[in-house]
Amino acid sequence: MGVPLVAALASCGSDGPSTTPGSTGGGAGAGGGSGASYWSLTGQPGQGIRQATVDRFNKANPSTPIKLTLFQNDAYKTKIKTAIGAGQSPTIIWGWGGGTLRTYAEANQVEDLTSWFAENPKVKDRLFPSSFGAGTVDKKIYAMPCETVQPIVLFYNKKVLDKVGVAPPTSWSDIMAMVPKINAAGVAPFSLGGQSRWTNMMWLEFLFDRTGGPGVFQAVFDGQKDAWSNPDAIAALTKVQDLVKANGFIKGFSSITADSNADQALLYTGKAAMMLHGSWTYGSMSADGGDFVSSGSLGYMNFPPVEGGKGDPSDTVGNPGQYLSISSKASDAEKETAKKFFATAVLDDAEVKSWIDTGSIPIVNGSDAKIAGSKDAEWLKFLYGVASGAKVFAQSWDQALSPSAAETLLDNIAKLFQLSVTPQQFADNLNAVIGK
Amino acid sequence: MAAPALLFFTAFGVIPLLGVLVLSFTAWDGIGAIRPAGFDSWRAVFTDPGLPHSLWVTFLVMSLSWLVQTPLSILLGVFLAGAERYRALLSVLYFLPLLLSSAAIAITYKALLDPNFGLGAGLGLPFLSQDWLGRPNLALGVVIFVVSWQFIPFHSLIYQGAVRQIPTSMYEAAQIDGAGRIRQFFSITLPQLKNTIVTSSTLMVVGSLTFFDLIYILTAGGPGDATNVLALDMYKKGFQAGLMGPASGIAVILVLVGLAIALLLRRIGGGDDTASQLEGA
Repeated sequence: MGVPLVAALASCGSDGPSTTPGSTGGGAGAGGGSGASYWSLTGQPGQGIRQATVDRFNKANPSTPIKLTLFQNDAYKTKIKTAIGAGQSPTIIWGWGGGTLRTYAEANQVEDLTSWFAENPKVKDRLFPSSFGAGTVDKKIYAMPCETVQPIVLFYNKKVLDKVGVAPPTSWSDIMAMVPKINAAGVAPFSLGGQSRWTNMMWLEFLFDRTGGPGVFQAVFDGQKDAWSNPDAIAALTKVQDLVKANGFIKGFSSITADSNADQALLYTGKAAMMLHGSWTYGSMSADGGDFVSSGSLGYMNFPPVEGGKGDPSDTVGNPGQYLSISSKASDAEKETAKKFFATAVLDDAEVKSWIDTGSIPIVNGSDAKIAGSKDAEWLKFLYGVASGAKVFAQSWDQALSPSAAETLLDNIAKLFQLSVTPQQFADNLNAVIGK
Repeated sequence: MAAPALLFFTAFGVIPLLGVLVLSFTAWDGIGAIRPAGFDSWRAVFTDPGLPHSLWVTFLVMSLSWLVQTPLSILLGVFLAGAERYRALLSVLYFLPLLLSSAAIAITYKALLDPNFGLGAGLGLPFLSQDWLGRPNLALGVVIFVVSWQFIPFHSLIYQGAVRQIPTSMYEAAQIDGAGRIRQFFSITLPQLKNTIVTSSTLMVVGSLTFFDLIYILTAGGPGDATNVLALDMYKKGFQAGLMGPASGIAVILVLVGLAIALLLRRIGGGDDTASQLEGA
């Protein structure tokens, strides 16, 4: 377990828009007329951008077309694992890196791209260096970082907070003080798609960091014995249960799924005042929420500090990027097509522009220089600031851990939010699977 | 005559079953190599506190959905077996839920029961805007309700056919003896349906062991683990956690429990298979 879980986004500073995708890379032996398959996620705006990138590639390379197939998030996570295990993997595997990528790499199911990146420095050097951490297993790069950096952000509905007469929270005790006031106004304090479970996990990720600093979860990740019993961990677990008990989350949160975007709908319809969620929801709220985003009703901030906590308030958590791997079971021609796709199409100028236009920061150096002209400039500036200013940018826990440890974690998180286990029982259950 | 059926059963029933049995003695994450692991997976299955809970939830779903479905199916079946014309129309309507896929049913009910955007909130009926799928006992009740809603038409159909098989002469004789409709139902219809009840119950009970799609979409086993039936537990272990060994162990348990129940039901119902109750016997 030698992967650094946390990586500071060090050199996001612009060395000029280095956006000419090196057509020197990869495409050397692309003949053979063999296309490739590519599986990824549904959900706007990403879905349309992925499709457009593939379409552009197919237009430029009509003899080696890529066939894109899209799945819903939660369904995809099991579908892709099953397909790879059954030897039916697509050529290009979209993922989150981390623990799942490690299982692929250890089973020799994905190509080692280290030497390819060494031969094609132009492809590598234009991407955020910090994005490579979760795509690297034992110092070898098994995935090309792609798409956008996605920290988790605390969103709020300005109109609702104004109506209740409270300001956005500045600390944990502030949150706890706001909850009864917001409830009294007949609005739920926080929206939450609890049935998806990783949604609840985002709360723990921040509370662990703000309470005890990044070391608390790093100890779990490094496999230290009884790491979950750390007093700061217990304190953070207790805090989240306090919030559940105070009716901090919307009624019925444990039956709401994130895949349906119902949690976002609760925020933009004003049924909930705030929501802790990934930055990718900005794009979907713009698309689905009517004039909610364009009228400036959506507020956003980094998670506030916890009194007496050890974590740096600039720390964040989320996805340092998304990841594309190449199946080692693919034919040589398919692999060549995939590499040409990586070098010439992934995050090309048009894709970079599309991501920025829909409120995301693509992981390309110099993206910040393009923010100014965007209609979402204010949000993008904030997002870029969170991502590049974070002392620690931790990867989402369920992605960092192995699939079996992640499942135990998610299972217990659901029970924690259901108040059917105590913080102590939660720690005991998870201590039992540390390092597995 | 039995050869094609036997072939299919061997290919899609017996061989995968043996595969699962073998897998339960291995460690496999579904992606890498399969390694023999002796009894490790079985030890993991039997020491997992989730197993007794899942068994209990499965038993609850099985027995409660049987209790709800059987009387309603018999009554509907008897009703629909009548000869009046409008009953043919009604039986077509009752049959509709059976035409929908479980996934579609689950998605529909999930939307209808949503406490914030569902039927209750839409119509402004506070009674309907309970947290149906967010509270352990309510969620279990909803699962049983939806399962019954989906499968009562099927079992009604079975009973309808069986009731029509009962010779009308028996009812005529009973009428001459002065038995009313209720008396006829309990003294003729119900005893004549005995074998059908066994068949229908076997289908219900063994079928409910494998409920998966409906519950997966409705609650995903939640809230917490309140509706985490055995089949769902198996899926999560195998395909989400990548623990194919323990998941195969649970699959073997499911098969054994299913077989045991089916045999038990046969014994209860099949005691006097040979005795005829028809006229002239």
